Order: sequence, then C-alpha cells, then structure tokens
Amino acid sequence: MQNTKTQETLVGLFVACGIAALFFMAMQISNLSAFSNHSSYKILAHFDNSGGLKVKSPVSVAGVRIGRVSNISIDTTTYESVVEMQIDSKYSLPDDTSASIFTAGLLGEQYISLEPGGSETPLPANGVIDITQSAIVLEQVIGQFLFDKAAE
Amino acid sequence: MLFFQNLGNITLSNFAKLGRSSFFLMHTLTASITVLPRPRLLTKQLYSIGVLSFLIITISGLFVGMVLGLQGYYILSDFGAEESLGMMVAASLVRELGPVVAALLFAGRAGSALTAEIGLMKATEQLSGMEMMAIDPLKRIIAPRFLAGLISMPLLAALFSSVGVMGGHMVGVGMLGVDDGAYWSQMQAGLDFQKDIVNGIIKSIVLALLFPGLLFLKAMMRFLLLKE
Repeated sequence: MQNTKTQETLVGLFVACGIAALFFMAMQISNLSAFSNHSSYKILAHFDNSGGLKVKSPVSVAGVRIGRVSNISIDTTTYESVVEMQIDSKYSLPDDTSASIFTAGLLGEQYISLEPGGSETPLPANGVIDITQSAIVLEQVIGQFLFDKAAE
Repeated sequence: MLFFQNLGNITLSNFAKLGRSSFFLMHTLTASITVLPRPRLLTKQLYSIGVLSFLIITISGLFVGMVLGLQGYYILSDFGAEESLGMMVAASLVRELGPVVAALLFAGRAGSALTAEIGLMKATEQLSGMEMMAIDPLKRIIAPRFLAGLISMPLLAALFSSVGVMGGHMVGVGMLGVDDGAYWSQMQAGLDFQKDIVNGIIKSIVLALLFPGLLFLKAMMRFLLLKE
C-alpha cells in the first residue's frame, strides 16, 4: 500500500484520463463541435422520391459539403417527400437553386447536390427549393433498360 | 403433488431473492449519500477499483481495437469500402464493446478482489465487530466501494473505447494504409453524440449499478441473513 498522497494523485490522474477519454469521444469520434458552434439555417425541398437519402446525409454545392439533411418526412396532401436541410449560415444560396439527389459512386451513399442559379435574391431561411430532381433508383433504371431491350 | 409443491417453493424463494436484492440495492444507494462528506474513503476505493483496473482496460481496449481494425479491413476491402473502417471500429466500440467488455473486465479484476475482501471481512467477523461498535458496515464498507464502481465504470468504458479507436487507427491507417482523413471523417459522419456516445455512457452506468451490486449481494448474503 502506498501512502495516501500518492494514492490520491493516482486517483486524480485516473479521473483526468477518464474525462479526457470522454472528451475525445465527444469531439473526435462523434464530432460534436462540427455544427454546434456555428449556426445554420433550414431550407426545404420537395422530391417525388427521396430514395435512400437518410438523416445526416451530406448536402453539397459543387462537391463541397455545406450542410446536412436534418429531417425527411412526407407531405400528406401531395405524397411528396419533404427533405429538411440545415445549411451552414456562412453560405447563402440564390432563390432559384435546384436540388438533386445523387449517389456517391455506383452503390455508395446518397447525398443532395445543390445547383445555384443566377438569381440575385438569396433563399431565405425556411425557404423551399422548387426545382428538384429525384433520386435515381437503380432497380427502376435496370427495369427500364430491360424493358426497352425486350421491346426491341 | 410434491412436484407442484417444489415448483411453488422455488418460484417463491426466487422472488424473495429478487426482492431482497432490490432492497439491498436501495439501501446501498441511500447509504452512498453518507459517503460524500468523507471523500478519503472514496479515493481509497477509487484507487483500488479504478486505478488498478486502468492497465488491463487500456491494454485490452487497444487489442480489441486493433483486431477490429484488422478484421474489418479485410472484410471491407472486399467491397472496396475500407474508408468505412473508422466508423465500423468506433460504432462497435462505443455502442457495444466499450461498456460491456469494460464491465466484464471490471467484474473480473475489481469485482473478484472486492468479493474476496468482503468475504474475508465477514469470515473474520470484522463486519459483526463493526456492528458492535454501532458502525453500519453498509455505510462504511459497501457504500464507498459501490460509489467508486459507479464513478469509475463510465470512465473505464470511455477509456476502453478511446484507446480501441486509436488501436484501430494504428492498424488500419498505420499498417494497412487506409486514408487518415477518411478514417476520422467517416467516423464523425456515422456517429451521433446523443444516440451513440451518451447511450454508451448510460449503458455503462447501468452495468455499474448491476455488476458490483450483484457481487456485493453475493458477498453479503449470509451476513444479511444473520442480521434478520
């Protein structure tokens, strides 16, 4: 048994290590700091089909990630998919921006790509993107291809 | 007829055991409050429970992370998805392996030492001696150990997961050549603070309530029966 002083020092070191590990988990593993310390605003887009898009999927402009999908729900009157996105408030987009759902690679994750238009007025917070292109559903494309082949 | 008698007996006695354990847990929790004005008792137990488990937890965490990194790489590279290695390693460690394996190691390392210690105290009638001096052994012996377990378990689980993630990084990025940026960014994209990290911590706290509680119960059972 060591004396009480060393014991207490070791306990202090142990607790400090544990808290450092918790901090490491919060910051480095789950990236708590990424969107919490700078503000973001919300925009919406209506898609006919949002495919395999998920909450937290990236939203990018010209390949650069500027936000994340925060919610996906269905519009009960038009039966369209309503996708809510949180965009970093550093970036403002023109109000004729169009949105499309693309797939990273052939079978990769789906993400939203925004294509800014030429308008001068910026898209407000809670603004809705009207021009959208749905997700390409691979099964549909293959089905279409086979159907066309058969028709020939 | 005898069969039904036995069945009823077994059922009832099991319920009685469950009830007794619940009472015991409740008493220990209330007794834990009395430890707070005497932090010396707590640091002593934190030393023997937490600090002495530190080494085994970090070493096994490192190796579990390294194995996950290695095996995950071989399987993921078949699908050309070795960039997801970071997410796979971190998710399995933070959500499941961290709390559970840390708790098992904790039970093995600290729990057996605790049970032996208390068992010896009981066998040498130190506990009865304390009762004679009007010191509640539950407050003096059990509560500091219980509280120390409750404090050190989430910290140990966090250490296990963090060291494991670094071990996975060491093998995946250092030896097998996964991209460093992809390892961290996939991890950060795939894991949520609330859903994964906080839930992992809650899991380890629940295990910390159950494991040492059960160990103490086993150690104290005879003593409690004598008291009644």
